Amino acid sequence: MATKILIADDEPNIVISLEFLMKREGFQVILAADGDEALAAIGRERPDLVLLDVMMPRKSGFEVCQAVKSDPDLQDIKILMLTAKGRDTEVAKGLAMGADAYMTKPFSTRELVSKVKHLLGLAS
Amino acid sequence: MRSGLVGQRLVVVFLAGMLLINYPLLALFDHPDIGLAGIPVLYLYVFGVWLGAVLVMAWISERDYRQGGK
Amino acid sequence: MISGAIIALASFAYLGLLFAIAHFGDRRADAGRSIIANPWVYALSLAVYCTAWTYFGSVGRAAAAGVGFLPVYLGPTLGMTLAWLVLLKMVRISKTHRITSIADFIASRYGKSHLLGGMVTVIAVIGTVPYIALQLKAVSSGIDLLVGEHDALFHPGGRVGGWLDTTLFIALALAVFTILFGTRHLDATERHEGMVAAIAFESLVKLTGFLAVGVFVTFVLYDGFGDIFSRAAADPELARLFTLAQGAGGYGGWFGLTVLSMLSVVLLPRQFQVAVVENVNEQHLRRATWLFPAYLLLINVFVLPIALGGLMEFGRGTVDPDTFVLTLPAQHDHLLLALVVFLGGLSAATGMVIVETIAVSTMVCNDLVMPLVLRFGGKVAGGRDLSGLLLGIRRGAILVILLLGYVYFRLAGEAYALVGIGLISFAAVAQFAPAMLGGMYWKGGTHLGAMLGLGSGFLVWAYTLLLPSFAKSGWIDASLLTVGPGGIGWLRPEHLFGLTGMDSISHGLFWSLLANSAGYLLGSLARSPNARETGQATLFVDVLRHGRGGVASFWRGSARLSDLQPLVGRFLGPQRAEAVFRDYARRRGWARLEDVPADAELVNFAESQLAGAIGSASARAMVSSVVQEEPLQVDEVMDILDEASQVRAYSRQLEEKSRALEAVTADLRAANDRLQELDRLKDDFMSSVSHELRTPLTSIRALSEMLWEDPEIDLADRKRFLGIIVAETVRLTRLVNQVLDMAKIESGNAEWHNTEVDLGEVVSHSAQATEQLFRERGQHLELDLPGAVPLLRADRDRLVQVVINLLSNASKFAPPGHGVVRVSLGLTRAGLRVDVADNGPGIPVAEQGLIFERFRQGGSAAGKPPGTGLGLPISRRIVEHFGGRLWVTSRPGEGATFSFELPCESKVAETLPQ
Repeated sequence: MATKILIADDEPNIVISLEFLMKREGFQVILAADGDEALAAIGRERPDLVLLDVMMPRKSGFEVCQAVKSDPDLQDIKILMLTAKGRDTEVAKGLAMGADAYMTKPFSTRELVSKVKHLLGLAS
Repeated sequence: MRSGLVGQRLVVVFLAGMLLINYPLLALFDHPDIGLAGIPVLYLYVFGVWLGAVLVMAWISERDYRQGGK
Repeated sequence: MISGAIIALASFAYLGLLFAIAHFGDRRADAGRSIIANPWVYALSLAVYCTAWTYFGSVGRAAAAGVGFLPVYLGPTLGMTLAWLVLLKMVRISKTHRITSIADFIASRYGKSHLLGGMVTVIAVIGTVPYIALQLKAVSSGIDLLVGEHDALFHPGGRVGGWLDTTLFIALALAVFTILFGTRHLDATERHEGMVAAIAFESLVKLTGFLAVGVFVTFVLYDGFGDIFSRAAADPELARLFTLAQGAGGYGGWFGLTVLSMLSVVLLPRQFQVAVVENVNEQHLRRATWLFPAYLLLINVFVLPIALGGLMEFGRGTVDPDTFVLTLPAQHDHLLLALVVFLGGLSAATGMVIVETIAVSTMVCNDLVMPLVLRFGGKVAGGRDLSGLLLGIRRGAILVILLLGYVYFRLAGEAYALVGIGLISFAAVAQFAPAMLGGMYWKGGTHLGAMLGLGSGFLVWAYTLLLPSFAKSGWIDASLLTVGPGGIGWLRPEHLFGLTGMDSISHGLFWSLLANSAGYLLGSLARSPNARETGQATLFVDVLRHGRGGVASFWRGSARLSDLQPLVGRFLGPQRAEAVFRDYARRRGWARLEDVPADAELVNFAESQLAGAIGSASARAMVSSVVQEEPLQVDEVMDILDEASQVRAYSRQLEEKSRALEAVTADLRAANDRLQELDRLKDDFMSSVSHELRTPLTSIRALSEMLWEDPEIDLADRKRFLGIIVAETVRLTRLVNQVLDMAKIESGNAEWHNTEVDLGEVVSHSAQATEQLFRERGQHLELDLPGAVPLLRADRDRLVQVVINLLSNASKFAPPGHGVVRVSLGLTRAGLRVDVADNGPGIPVAEQGLIFERFRQGGSAAGKPPGTGLGLPISRRIVEHFGGRLWVTSRPGEGATFSFELPCESKVAETLPQ
């Protein structure tokens, strides 16, 4: 079964680039444009990993992350947080919410791919 | 490319300094006569060049420092 | 004469003060409020260059050679002009590779070689121990001089109470100081803030002391410079000192000394320590560039006058000119001044001894003892925590070096081998020049070349300079100098191959540097460098191009964190190791240490942490003992470099963009500070700017990276991606402009070109400008303008900007196809009012205040309107600037009306036809 990745971001152009990038790596990709959609998609599709933007309408990435990590059924889903606010406190907050890894925008695609693979245990 | 300019200016100061305090220009002032205010010519000359170099270097680097150049 | 008790008291009080300053400096450093993070302190600490040899010896040299003493200080002055280029590069290399000594620098550059590091260390020790002895001698003879023949506490020859030796006392006190402030803890950067603070203070003390005696001689004993020189001119023997051709080995000697001291100002271990290792901030180099030469100028102005004053006072041959600074005040019963001058000399000596000992002990520990421990001490190295051992070695080395200095002082006494050591010591460290400078600017330099160069340079130095100093001291047969070894004339050490016409220092320097450079060049060109040499060479030579952060890694293989962390822990202590790795993980964005990938970057990180503590060569050896490494070939190294340079070229565009953004952000921050108390939301604003700028950059970077890396993307996708990149770039540009605009207005830096403005003309002009926009969306724009309105005093372009912004906003929210936007202008009691009404969805009451905040846009998430979120806030600021107000009225479902009102002067209003 192909590895499933959920991309949750409200910036259409960023979604386009992430989607292309993940598909190129052979992952199955699902999309969500806000926090509510993301939570719904996580519950429905059970992705292996979520690329989660922090600043989203309706529910922030932090809230989504907290919800996922506090649900025993969903706990195993890996979460990689993406944020355009590059502050240290932001990173600390994300990691405190239970995110597995954190990257600031703009990111290196190569590094993102390697982080994703590492989290999925596919490290080459 | 501000730092490039500062670097080039300092190199010029270096070359000028080497030239001014060495043979043959130095020999022009190397005689035991008393110059201005009772001070020997060579002493005046060397310290004059020295002071000049310090002032020029201060001007070059502080000017850039204040302007926050990188 | 001064009583010995007073001198002892003053000296200990002075050392106590030094302890207090150093302690304060360390405490402040621990609290994160460094007192040495200051360009003045940095420049002053460089003045550790001026030792007791300067303080007492300059006058002595001036008394013998006149102006000829100056090159030792002119050289560094000229050398500092190049500091911004050379020293900056040295600092950058050392920070990047955590280099903590010259030995480590050279060893690391030529493939992290133990052998080379050890060799440099040996040269440094041989070159500096006699120099330390010289400092001890200066202090000791200063005390002898001040207390005179019969003192209750001191006896001639520096014996206290008949058996205690003052010099030994001083040496031990300095050892304690150096151990306390030089080896407090192991630190990967090997910086000592307290020590630097104390050294900067010592520089002030010695300058004050020397200027005091200078002023005393020149202006109290004589009537100023003119007086002292004219009186000396009367004596032809003294007038000779005004010139130099006859005095100091001629112009060749002058030039030789200039070059020699220029090299030593960075290559002396103590200078490297303060200038490179202790450097807190590269920018401090700028001020040091001129401040350090200015210091040298000041401390030298009075040297010749003091020498002349002393010679006129005592005549030649009675009093040692080296002691003039003390004997002149003492002769005239200015004992307090003599004491102050003595303390100045004490500070010059102690400053040199402390820094030199720290620098040399680091080398001895990291490049001499550690390699042996790691190689032969299998048991010692077997898994235990070695941080204690490491500190022990450092402390032992400090004690041994100081005791060696003391022993040399006792053995040599008045011999030439001690008195003449100053310049000989300079010449020893000048041997580092080809390997150091060559290694920084020439990628072709190899390990073999550095070994050959250093080796032959050192041997020639020992033969032409060290050996003759022994011969002149009577330790070996003096005929060596006159007839040569075994009677072979062309092997005479001071006239090698029969070369004459140079003074002995220039002669030795010439031959040793010739042999050194020749060895370096020939050795380097003998064979092509191997992979590790190539890698290190590139990292060093191109350090300024690689930027501060990442170091390309020439490493392939695998390593586990579970191996690396205990390894680092053994040298830094387990807690510190845990802390540095946690910090590393956090910086790379991993929550748990275990997730950190075991890649080349991790190995590099571990190695650089170790390099700070035990030197780069040992660090490399330790790391390779736990990682499985696949050796790289030269062409693979070149590939890595190639790739790195391509990535650089590509990312340069992005960097340029973000530099522009940084400038904007800096502008904004300034504005932000000023308005802090007015607007609590400012902090949020910075964060929003950062967010708004990063968002378009993210798509641009991700898409262009993919386009660049993957040539197989099909044409349709390519077109789509490039389209997005263009659109996002446009968005970014608009954002940058608006952010700048906003920042300017808020900071009060905006320019306002006020003229008499007809608001009716402004509205119709704006309507024309947006006509196209409305037509494209199929919307209708209605204008309701009175014939004439009073003129306003305002900036026309700014008002056009406001109206256009309101119009395009209205067009954005009015329904396409049947949208209607009505613009009306009218007179009110307060002035002139413009209304822009649309028939869009309207704005909920709750949002009506928010839309004027920056980066808060109306509209739902799904249909996020294009725009920067800054248009309305800017418009409002502009209107408010002219004393008016801008607001919105709306009921959901019935459209929105944006209005602004501007006051006009009443007398203008009165002239209106009713």
